[in-house]
Amino acid sequence: MSVLVFTENWDGKFKKLTYELVSWASEVAKMINGTVTALSIGSVAEGELEKLGNYGAGKVLTVETPALNTLDSQAYAALLSEVVLKEKASVVILSNNNMGKAVAPRLSVRLKAGICSGVSKLPLSTDPFTVYKRAYSGNAFSRVVIKSDIKIVTLAQNSFGIIENPVNVTVEKANVAVDNSLVHTQVKDVEKQSGKILLTDADIVVSGGRGMKSPDNWTPLLELAEALGAATACSRPVSDEGWRPHEEHTGQTGKIISPNLYLAVGISGATQHLAGVSASKYIVAVNTDKDAPIFEAAQYGIVGDAMKILPQLAEAVKHIK
Amino acid sequence: MKILVCISNVPDTTTKIKFSEGDSSIDTTGVQWVINPWDELSLTRALELKDDPSSGIKSVTVAHVGPVSSEPTIRKALAIGADDAIRVNAGAADAYFVAAQLAELVKKEQFDIIMCGIESSDHNGSEVGAMIAEFLNIPSVSAVSGITPENGIPVITREIDGGREKVTVPAPFVIIVQKGIAKEPRIASMRGIMTARTKPIKVVEPVAGESLTQIISLEKPAPRSACKFIDADNPAQLIELLKNEAKVI
Ligand SMILES: Cc1cc2nc3c(=O)[nH]c(=O)nc-3n(C[C@H](O)[C@H](O)[C@H](O)COP(=O)(O)OP(=O)(O)OC[C@H]3O[C@@H](n4cnc5c(N)ncnc54)[C@H](O)[C@@H]3O)c2cc1C
Repeated sequence: MSVLVFTENWDGKFKKLTYELVSWASEVAKMINGTVTALSIGSVAEGELEKLGNYGAGKVLTVETPALNTLDSQAYAALLSEVVLKEKASVVILSNNNMGKAVAPRLSVRLKAGICSGVSKLPLSTDPFTVYKRAYSGNAFSRVVIKSDIKIVTLAQNSFGIIENPVNVTVEKANVAVDNSLVHTQVKDVEKQSGKILLTDADIVVSGGRGMKSPDNWTPLLELAEALGAATACSRPVSDEGWRPHEEHTGQTGKIISPNLYLAVGISGATQHLAGVSASKYIVAVNTDKDAPIFEAAQYGIVGDAMKILPQLAEAVKHIK
Repeated sequence: MKILVCISNVPDTTTKIKFSEGDSSIDTTGVQWVINPWDELSLTRALELKDDPSSGIKSVTVAHVGPVSSEPTIRKALAIGADDAIRVNAGAADAYFVAAQLAELVKKEQFDIIMCGIESSDHNGSEVGAMIAEFLNIPSVSAVSGITPENGIPVITREIDGGREKVTVPAPFVIIVQKGIAKEPRIASMRGIMTARTKPIKVVEPVAGESLTQIISLEKPAPRSACKFIDADNPAQLIELLKNEAKVI
């Protein structure tokens, strides 16, 4: 029996979420007396592949073919299902991000394997296989039983953490055929920035709301983000007004993120906003209104003017770094 | 070309949901039911496409798997402008079951573009759309923030790490839509509400289907610890706490 991990890389380096997925898989493998196999698609250097052994992956399978350079969920799911069957995997783990959401449900139908998305803990029991997930946009959690023999889980990012668990690792080419006839997605145009910290993969996020008052006031926020090595985000009205790019919009109708630290500046903390950030490990708020609902969700807060506080925070960060 | 918009019936997002610890579903008394916000945006975009003669879209149908009690939500979709609606008369057991039902509709009625929202605001699953596509063995594109006809072919914009790309796939296909697909949800006009009363809601019985998962209980999120306030005259203390107490920087 094995637990299969669908890894993700960004420009050839594993994303942090990959290490988290492998960590989760290792713990589950212990529960079912199994092993961990990781599947890597795309061009990743040998040394990087071997790093997965630090978190408990005993075997890393690689697939590298130009046909899969573009995400085609149909072709990816077909490939993954072949690997699942070959490896006799009983649990498959993917991230609950765009990639996971595109591939995992297709895999579920292909294998007739039940899926639970957005799981945030280890299984509560392995028989019946019971998992714990966020529901109603963070207003509830549910316990869900997956009834099929093969179980598919997508893990909420940053909900589990990274655990070192070194094992001997072998890297080999996956002995599976890629069905090119399933690749239907044709890319016409790409707009992509490399080298930027991905909002959905960031450990620290600094986010601004309408309380920032004007798009011209963002410099101190960006400086704090830079000092912290953080990605930047914003509330919906801010992106609606065009103060910040749409990619930064977090919340129920924007991106759903779960960094270790979410610093909300001039954000009131409406339920729709919190729906996108409530899974963050720590929420910190800076707001002039001491009664703002964001303080109910926050563990640390400063009641004060963003324009005064932000530069001082950046200064303090530079001191300790 | 024909569009099918799959809609889910969810509690209004501002509803404070209520349930007792250990319940497997929420207390629905007093809950306002609405079209899942994502589905409302996807319906809006479908109607915009139909309004544009160059898109070749001739009709927009909405489909819902659920009991008769969800018909007010379906009527809302008709009032916003959908041409007709289909309700599969069955409880939504799980995503696998729902997707199997919707796939059957697509097969029977030959839709060309199937639109689903990225998630429903109740179980936050993000599963149904891609599942429909796999049941039918057709392409699906996820994280879609736009669809626009170019020379008669729908060009799909999807979000990728660090940016976005424009792709095409052959019809029929499923798109799973998210932010950006439409600006604001279209609102039903008075005339829309009047005509919706006479638009057909076709009710079909479910085909045999299984569920592979089961919700056994709901729990309240653990309460967060109370907020620790730091004096605005000494913001540096916050950084110190984040480093030494929370250990997140
Ligand atoms: C269906 C639906 C979906 C939605 N989806 C989202 C979503 O995905 N994401 C989202 O963010 N919103 C969403 N909203 C909107 C949401 O309800 C709120 O309106 C929005 O989050 C408020 O944004 P804000 O906190 O930036 O602005 P406001 O609510 O205006 O809050 C600004 C805050 O800044 C504080 N402030 C003012 N001046 C200063 C200063 N000098 N220094 C520090 N603080 C200051 C104020 O005290 C206030 O708390 C949605 C709404 C609906 C109806």
